[in-house]
Amino acid sequence: MTYSYPILTYTIFLPLIGAVLLLFIDKEKHNAIRWTSAFFSFITLIMTLVILKDFDWTTAQMQFMETHSWIPAIGSNYILGVDGISVPMLVLTSLISLIAIVISFNITKRVKEYFVFFLLLECGMIGVFAALDFFLFYVFWEIMLVPMYFLIGIWGGPQREYAAIKFFLYTLFGSIFMLVAILILYFTSEPHTLSMMELIQIGPSFSHNIQIMAFAFFFIAFAIKVPVWPFHTWLPDAHVQAPTAISIILAAVLLKMGTYGMLRISWPMLPEGIQYFSVPIAILGVIAIIYGALVSLAQKDLKKLVAYSSVSHMGYCMLALAAYTSVTAMAGCMFQMISHGLITGALFLLVGVLYDRAHTREIAAFGGIGKKLPVYTALMVMFGMASLGLPGMSGFISEFMVFVGSFDHFWAEYWYIVALAILGVVLTAAYILRMIQNVFLGEFDEERWGHLTDINIRETLCVAPLAVLTIIFGIYPDPVIKLMEASLNNLVTLMAR
Amino acid sequence: MINITPLIPELFLLVMAIVVLMLDLFSSRRTVVVPAYVSMAAVIITGFLVFKFGGDAVRWGSNAIFVADSFSQFFKVIILGAAFLAIGSSFGTADRMTHHRGEFFALLLFSTVGMMFLVSAKELILLYVGLELTTIPLFVLVAYQKTNRASSEAGLKYLIIGAASSAILLYGLSLLYGYTGTTYLNEIAQKTAVYFLSHGFIPNAEGTTDLVGMGPAFSVALMMIIAGLTFKLAIVPFHMWAPDVYEGAPTPITAFLSVGSKAAGLAAIIRIFDGMLYAFSHDTMPNDSWGTMMAVLAAVTMVAGNIIAIRQTNIKRMLAYSSIAQAGYILIGVIAASKLGVASCGFYMFAYMFANMGAFAIVGLYAEKTGKKNISDFAGLSKTSPIIAALMTMFMLSLAGIPPLAGFMAKYYIFAAAIEAGYTWLVILALLMSVVSLYYYANVVRIMYMVDSDNKHHIIPSFPAGLVLALTGIGVLLFGILPQSILDMAYKTASSFIF
Repeated sequence: MTYSYPILTYTIFLPLIGAVLLLFIDKEKHNAIRWTSAFFSFITLIMTLVILKDFDWTTAQMQFMETHSWIPAIGSNYILGVDGISVPMLVLTSLISLIAIVISFNITKRVKEYFVFFLLLECGMIGVFAALDFFLFYVFWEIMLVPMYFLIGIWGGPQREYAAIKFFLYTLFGSIFMLVAILILYFTSEPHTLSMMELIQIGPSFSHNIQIMAFAFFFIAFAIKVPVWPFHTWLPDAHVQAPTAISIILAAVLLKMGTYGMLRISWPMLPEGIQYFSVPIAILGVIAIIYGALVSLAQKDLKKLVAYSSVSHMGYCMLALAAYTSVTAMAGCMFQMISHGLITGALFLLVGVLYDRAHTREIAAFGGIGKKLPVYTALMVMFGMASLGLPGMSGFISEFMVFVGSFDHFWAEYWYIVALAILGVVLTAAYILRMIQNVFLGEFDEERWGHLTDINIRETLCVAPLAVLTIIFGIYPDPVIKLMEASLNNLVTLMAR
Repeated sequence: MINITPLIPELFLLVMAIVVLMLDLFSSRRTVVVPAYVSMAAVIITGFLVFKFGGDAVRWGSNAIFVADSFSQFFKVIILGAAFLAIGSSFGTADRMTHHRGEFFALLLFSTVGMMFLVSAKELILLYVGLELTTIPLFVLVAYQKTNRASSEAGLKYLIIGAASSAILLYGLSLLYGYTGTTYLNEIAQKTAVYFLSHGFIPNAEGTTDLVGMGPAFSVALMMIIAGLTFKLAIVPFHMWAPDVYEGAPTPITAFLSVGSKAAGLAAIIRIFDGMLYAFSHDTMPNDSWGTMMAVLAAVTMVAGNIIAIRQTNIKRMLAYSSIAQAGYILIGVIAASKLGVASCGFYMFAYMFANMGAFAIVGLYAEKTGKKNISDFAGLSKTSPIIAALMTMFMLSLAGIPPLAGFMAKYYIFAAAIEAGYTWLVILALLMSVVSLYYYANVVRIMYMVDSDNKHHIIPSFPAGLVLALTGIGVLLFGILPQSILDMAYKTASSFIF
C-alpha cells in the first residue's frame, strides 16, 4: 500500500510541529497548551491507526517506504518503512503517548516546557520505529534522550537530577557501542551502505569475527535500553524518580526499543552472532526474570516494585529472543513487548493516581483501601492479575508463547534454563499478591486515608483503553499474531542463514 | 614577475586593519561602534575575496610558496567566521575599556591576517612568519584588560609559552631543512620520501631487508614540530597555558583564540604532516611514524581534558578544558591521514566554531550583565532568559556530540575517518570520553534548568551580540540536519593532498 503523500514522515514530524506551535502559546494558558498537545498526539494516533488499517499483513516486505537522499557524503539516506514488527510498536507508541499526555494534565509546574519536551520525545520515539537507515535510526535514538533528560530532571521526584543524568549517561554509553558497530558495518560492506535492508541482505557474508564483534557492540547498546541484567541499574532510579507519565513512557515504549533494535537489526543482520551468543543471552534472560522478581518481592515502595517487575518481564523477551529458531518464541517476544507495554504502563499510571492522592507510595502505609476506592482497586487488581499472567489476559498469552517457543528451541540441551524461568511465574504471583494484600485488603486506617477519593473520570478514561486491550488480546490474540506472522517467519529464515 | 593575485584577500584585510587603526586616530573616541562595524564589514568582504581569488598560487621559481587552494579557502572561512563572531561579541567588552579601544579591533584583524597566511603557506619560513603574525597580536589582546591582574598574568604566560613553543618549532623545522636542504613543503615531501626509499632499507644477516628509520635527528625533528604545533592547539601535555589564558583573556578573545588560532594551527599541522610527511604517517616506518606519536597525544588529551573539565567551577576554565578535549578529537582526523580524515578535520572545526563561539558569546554577555563567571551562577537562567538558556543548551549538546546538532555530525565524520584508517581503539576511547564530557556539558544545562535561584537577571543582547547568537544557533542546528553542502566542500579540500 502506498499513498500519494509520505504518511510516515507526517506521523513522525506531526508531534514536532505541535511542539513548535506550543512555543507560540502564552505560557500562562495552561489549558490551551494541554489541549493542543493532546490534539497533536491524538492526530498522530489516528495516523498510526490508518497505517495499521492499510498495512498488508500477508507479506514481510517493508511498506509505506520512503527513500530520499540525505547526506550522500556519509552514505546516509532518509529511509522510512514499516513491517509487521514495527507497526504494532508504532501504534503502541502513539497510544501510550496520548494516554501519557492526558494523564499529565495535572502537571502545574512549567506546563509549556513540559509539553514541548513531551512532543519532542514522541517525535523521536516514532522515528526510531520507522527509520531504516542506520544514521537516521541513531539520530532518532539519541534525540529522545534530551527531552527525556529534561522531563525526568525537572518534573521528577526528590532525586530527579541524579536519576536524569544517570539515565542520560547510561544510555549514551550504550549508544557509543552501537555507533562503532554501525561504522564497522559501513566500512565492511561493499559498496559502503548504511541501509539496514541492504545490510541485512549482505550481513551473513561478513567474516565470523566481524559479526561477533558487531553483534556484541549492538547487544550492549540494546541491552542497556531493555534493560538486561546486569545493565539494569539505571532503571529503578529513572522509573521511580520520573513523573508518572514519563514512567509510563519509559516502561511501555523506551524499554521496547532495546528489544525492537535486536529484532530489527542485530538478530537478522548478524545471524552468526545470535547463533554464537544464544545460550548466554538465554541465561541473562532467566537471571533477569528471577532476579527482577526477587527484588520486587523485597520492595517497600509501590513504584519500585513495578519498576523491578519490568526487569523481570523484559527477561521473558530476552529468553524468547535467544530461541532464534522458533517463530513462536519470536511472536511471544513481540506479544510480551505489547502486553508489557499495556500492563506496566497501566500499573505505573495507577501507582501515580494513588501517589497524587496519598503523597506516599510506601506499601506498608496502606491497608484496606479497597473499601474506600472500589473502582481503583478493581483496576489495580485486574492489572496485577494480568501482570502475573492470569489466563484470559494478554500477559498469559505472551508468557505461554515464550515458554513454548523457547522449550521448542532449547529442548535438545539447556532445557533446564527454560525450566528455571518458570520459577519466575511463581515469584511474580508472590509479589503481586503480596502487594494487593497489603495495600487493598486488611485493616483500613480511616483517620489517615479517610480523605482519599476514588479514581476520577479523566484517569479512568486513560486507563480504560489499556484495560480493554489487555483483555481483548488475552481472549483473542489472533489478529495481533497475524499482523506480525509474515515478518517473523521471514526473520527466522534470515537468522537461519 | 611574481603573480600576487592570490594574496589579494590577505592584502585587503591588512589594509583594512591599518584603516581601522587610523579610524581610531581620527574619529571621536566615545564609542567603538565605528571601528567595530568597519572591521566586521572588512571581514565579510575578505570572505568574498577569498572565493573570488582562489585556486591560484604564488610561486617562487617553480615552487609554490603560498597557495589559495580549496583547503586554505575552507579554513579561511572558518577563521574569518571566528573573527566576525568575535568582533560581534566584543562590543560590550570594548566599550567598557578605558584605553586603546580602536586598536583592539585592528590587532584582531592583524592576527586574522596571520592566520590566513598560516593556512596558505607552502614554505617553512612563510609558515613561521604567519604563525608569529598570528600570535604576537594575540599576546597583546589577551593582556588587554591591563588593570585586571588575571588578564595581565594570562598575557605574560601566553607570551612566554608562545615564544618557547615557537622556538621549539623553529628548531624542528631547521632540522628538517638540514635533512633536505630546502624549505618548500613539496620538495621536502619528495626528498624525504626518496631519502627513505634509498636509505630506509638495510640488508640484515638473513639476506632480507629490515625497515629502519631516518636516523635520530629526523625523529627529533618530528617530535619538535609536533610539540611546537600542538602547543598552539593546546594538546596535552602542552596545554598548561590554556586554562589560565582562557580564563584571564577578555571573553571574545578567548573565543577567538579557541577557534581561530586553533583552526590555523590545525591547518598548519595538516599541511605539514598529512601533506609534507605523509610517507611517515603509518606504522610501516618504525621510529619515524608520527601517526603513532600523535595517536598517543590525542588519547591522552581526550582523557585529561575531559576528566579535568568535570572538576571546574569557573565556566571559562571549564570551556578551556573542553576545548583541549575537542582538540584531541580533531587530532584523530589528522592521524587518519586520508581524504576522509582531512575532510573531517575541516568539518569538525567548522561545527566547533559555531558551538564554541556561541557558548563564549553567552558567557561574555552574562559576565557583562552580572559580573559572574561561575557555572553555578547560571542557575535559573531558563526562567529569566529562556531563549539564551535554550541556545546555551544547544551549544553544550553540540559540543557533547548529541544529534541532530552539528557537533554530532562532526564527531561521526571524524570517527568514520578513524575507523576507515583502522584506529578502532582510538574511536572507542574517544566515544567513551564523549560520554564523560556529557557529564559536564549537561551540568551547565542542569544548572540553568533544574536549579532554582532568585536570579533576576534578564539578559537582553545588543544587536551585534544578538546577531552572533542567531548565527551560531542557526549554524549549530542547520549543519547538524543538512550538512551535505559543507561536507562536500570539506571533502574537496582533501584534493590539495596526495592521498
